[in-house]
Amino acid sequence: MNEIVPAHNIGDYVPMIDGPEKVSGRAKYTADVLVPNTLAGRIFRSPYSHAEILDVDVSEAARLSGVKAIVTGADCDKGFGVLPIARTEYPLARERVRYRGEPVAAVAAVDDATAKEALRRIKLKVRELPAYHTARAAMAPDAIAIHDHRPHNIEREVLFELGDVAAAFASADLVREGTYNCAEVCQNQMEMHAALADYDAVRDRITVHASTQVPYYVHLMLAQILDMDMSRIRVVKPHVGGGFGCRTETLNVELIAALLARKTGGRVRLVVNREETFITHRGRPETDIRLKLGLRKDGRIAGVECECIMRGGAHSGYGIVTILYAGSMLYAIYDLHNVKYVGKRVLTNTPPCGAFRGHGTVDVRFAFESLLDQMAGEMGLDPIAVRRANYLQAPTFTDNDLMVNSYGLPECVDWVEKESGWKERKGKLRSGNGLKKDHIRSGLGFACSHYISGASKPVNWTGEPHATVKIKLDFDGSIVVLSGAADIGQGSTTILAQAVAEVLGLDLARVRVVTGDSELVPKDNGSYSSRVTFMVGNAAIDAANNLKAVLIAAAARKLDAKPEEIECLGELYRAGAQDKGLTFEEVVTEALRDAGTITVTGNYSTIPESHGGKKYRGAAIGGTMGYSYSAQVVEVSVDEETGVVTVDKVWVAHDCGRALNRLTVEGQVQGSVWMGLGQAMTEEAAYHDGLMLTANMLDYRVPTIQDSPPIEVGIVESIDPHGPFGAKEAGEGSLAAFLPALTNAIADATGLRFNDLPVTPDRVFAAMEKRAREAGRKRNGGA
Amino acid sequence: MARLLSLTLNGRARTDAVSDNLLLLDYLREVVGLTGTKTGCDGGECGACTVLIDDRPRLSCLTLAGTVADRRVDTIESLATDGRLSAVQLGFHEKLGSQCGYCTPGFIMASAGLLRRNPRPSEDEIREALGSNICRCTGYVKIIEAVQHAAKLCAQGLAP
Repeated sequence: MNEIVPAHNIGDYVPMIDGPEKVSGRAKYTADVLVPNTLAGRIFRSPYSHAEILDVDVSEAARLSGVKAIVTGADCDKGFGVLPIARTEYPLARERVRYRGEPVAAVAAVDDATAKEALRRIKLKVRELPAYHTARAAMAPDAIAIHDHRPHNIEREVLFELGDVAAAFASADLVREGTYNCAEVCQNQMEMHAALADYDAVRDRITVHASTQVPYYVHLMLAQILDMDMSRIRVVKPHVGGGFGCRTETLNVELIAALLARKTGGRVRLVVNREETFITHRGRPETDIRLKLGLRKDGRIAGVECECIMRGGAHSGYGIVTILYAGSMLYAIYDLHNVKYVGKRVLTNTPPCGAFRGHGTVDVRFAFESLLDQMAGEMGLDPIAVRRANYLQAPTFTDNDLMVNSYGLPECVDWVEKESGWKERKGKLRSGNGLKKDHIRSGLGFACSHYISGASKPVNWTGEPHATVKIKLDFDGSIVVLSGAADIGQGSTTILAQAVAEVLGLDLARVRVVTGDSELVPKDNGSYSSRVTFMVGNAAIDAANNLKAVLIAAAARKLDAKPEEIECLGELYRAGAQDKGLTFEEVVTEALRDAGTITVTGNYSTIPESHGGKKYRGAAIGGTMGYSYSAQVVEVSVDEETGVVTVDKVWVAHDCGRALNRLTVEGQVQGSVWMGLGQAMTEEAAYHDGLMLTANMLDYRVPTIQDSPPIEVGIVESIDPHGPFGAKEAGEGSLAAFLPALTNAIADATGLRFNDLPVTPDRVFAAMEKRAREAGRKRNGGA
Repeated sequence: MARLLSLTLNGRARTDAVSDNLLLLDYLREVVGLTGTKTGCDGGECGACTVLIDDRPRLSCLTLAGTVADRRVDTIESLATDGRLSAVQLGFHEKLGSQCGYCTPGFIMASAGLLRRNPRPSEDEIREALGSNICRCTGYVKIIEAVQHAAKLCAQGLAP
């Protein structure tokens, strides 16, 4: 007889358990839920950046045969927004429109052609107001307020100084200052926004399918907007085609679909197109940064002064949190003291920004790692040695009270240094290796970044556990995991199955995971801030342990033993090695005998020490149970004749605490690095008079497979004391380091430093031309 | 105007009345109900709607349904044999060529088209064949590995 041992999966390469659906076309996304007798929805959008609404005349549209309902701002006077303190947005604009493309009215009709025709018949009468498309214009002294309660269009100003920055700069051996501009970027996830709302007029209930990362927040906002009891609402999240943060708040799409459905007393499908998906936005804001660093001869960072201005768009969204992250996350990567931060989140007449992957941390990290690299060069120090001089010693708390328990940054740095051949190759590629043409310059760049594993305090503080998972076990012996965690492609469903199977010692084949339907699964806060593996993973472990205790108690009963004598081997429970034991099925039968179907609950709550501090207003933002760390080396070739930069290779090491699934960790890290590559090199949301010029995938230049480098991943496992099996996040922390590693590599290759993103060939070429002209002038004896 | 469209869709002959301006993509999704083929953009930008027309990868969002009369059209739903995944499907599943899965049907059909005409593609040939498909999740690294893995499975006798 083969020896029975518990099955293990943690640390393996585990393909996603919903992969077969995705590769066969069977996975249903919201737009794939086709039901007969569904009305087609369409949104009428503002062609003005900023205007007072005088009249929305829908009478002609309403007369069109086949139009079943029209809604305008008059249909809903309730504001929405992800932050309880900033619910100032309406599903359909009221009184004012604040950006080009803001929804003003919506139509439900028998088919899409009729809905489209109805939009053509809607007449919007306005009085135009001055519009501000840049942060600077919006902050001008004579600018009118885009929202009356925000004078000077400052959504939030953040200011803190911890330590003595002036004294730190006075004591430093080198002080430098740089200004940086990062263009606005969009998530541009592959699935366009979609919602299907089905109103049951008999029971006054509504079911909404939405392409969201946060079904619970959608539930809350539907209740608010519809003024309906939450018990009458059901939210379904089918497969979701990515999100990267733009779906971490309720979007107007699902709210408008619901308003239409209720008005028609029926079912409305609202699938917006790619241009509208861009305009719905919630991307990373354009950010201007002024950064000053003081460095000592030994490489220690003496002081930091950072000023950060974000063009937030027309509504708050997550904006207040974004500007707080940008400051708080200066910390928790290096041992910093004497830090001053001034952040301004500005309201502008552009589509609202939101929480893009690496929320709030990316652009500031770009500035920080760029300036540090530049100063290391100036002082003749190895950029890697400078990082080593500033490591934290975990466990520790930072000056802004962030709790750091596990810290794998040193191992990340060591890995990329070795694998990239940094010591042998850095600074020596520039002149070419004889294989490349004269006009090609190569170089290596290095940078680090970090990210949180879930915000320790949820946006909606209710006092409940941070995460809850249920497990059901019945006569069939299958383990059914019920969770509200929203899998948007990151693989959370797979991780839940793995965690439960691992604890119970069972094969993954025994485990099924049910998610995405508020009627069936426990509430979950959603997929944002990289919280799911950490929080929900821990809750899943707790639930599985609770189930295991029930099974062990049953086995003990049956075997006439004490529970502590029972050995659980997954498919076999026995009392000591000599015991023949009970099969899993026999244990289940025994466990069901008295109580019937077994359900257990697992919870997870963060600890108060992780909640951040109170040293300044908003200091809780940045608090987490565990920080991930990343180091990267990027190798580039720069064509001096064309300005084209080619990324030849990326080495990235990511400290994810413990890789629960090496396959998905690698995939997440590669995806993050590559998304950083897009932001650094090609992507930019550009506007003309508030009209987004790049609202398609040709003008918004996403790197193709032909532009994308090999990305070699090193996994560092620092085993976090609080993480599920020691794990931390893997899906965001590696994005930010790419940006500065790229520009540092270009500086190594060409001697030119780029502080404005994206680094397009135009910018590189212009910088080279400028340098050539200046060199020419010098040769000619000056001007 | 409407016309009768006869074609071989996923190996089966069928005839439908379609309007002249109906896109193949909308025909597949809304008329036939094959929702595996995805709409990812406003026309010809992303490759999510890629299908095979007479074994050639084509964008169904830029193809009028009426133009595929008497042609063979294969969608993602055609690849599995007796419910078992094809080589390309297995490659994308096992090597994580698919994360959110939304671009996946397009990538898989473009890859199947490649392997049908070139069973042993080089990495450059894979990059070229998939150059008009956009993925936002993977960074493409594992997509390349998925196609290479699929080519190996094809060599062992699996259909692409």
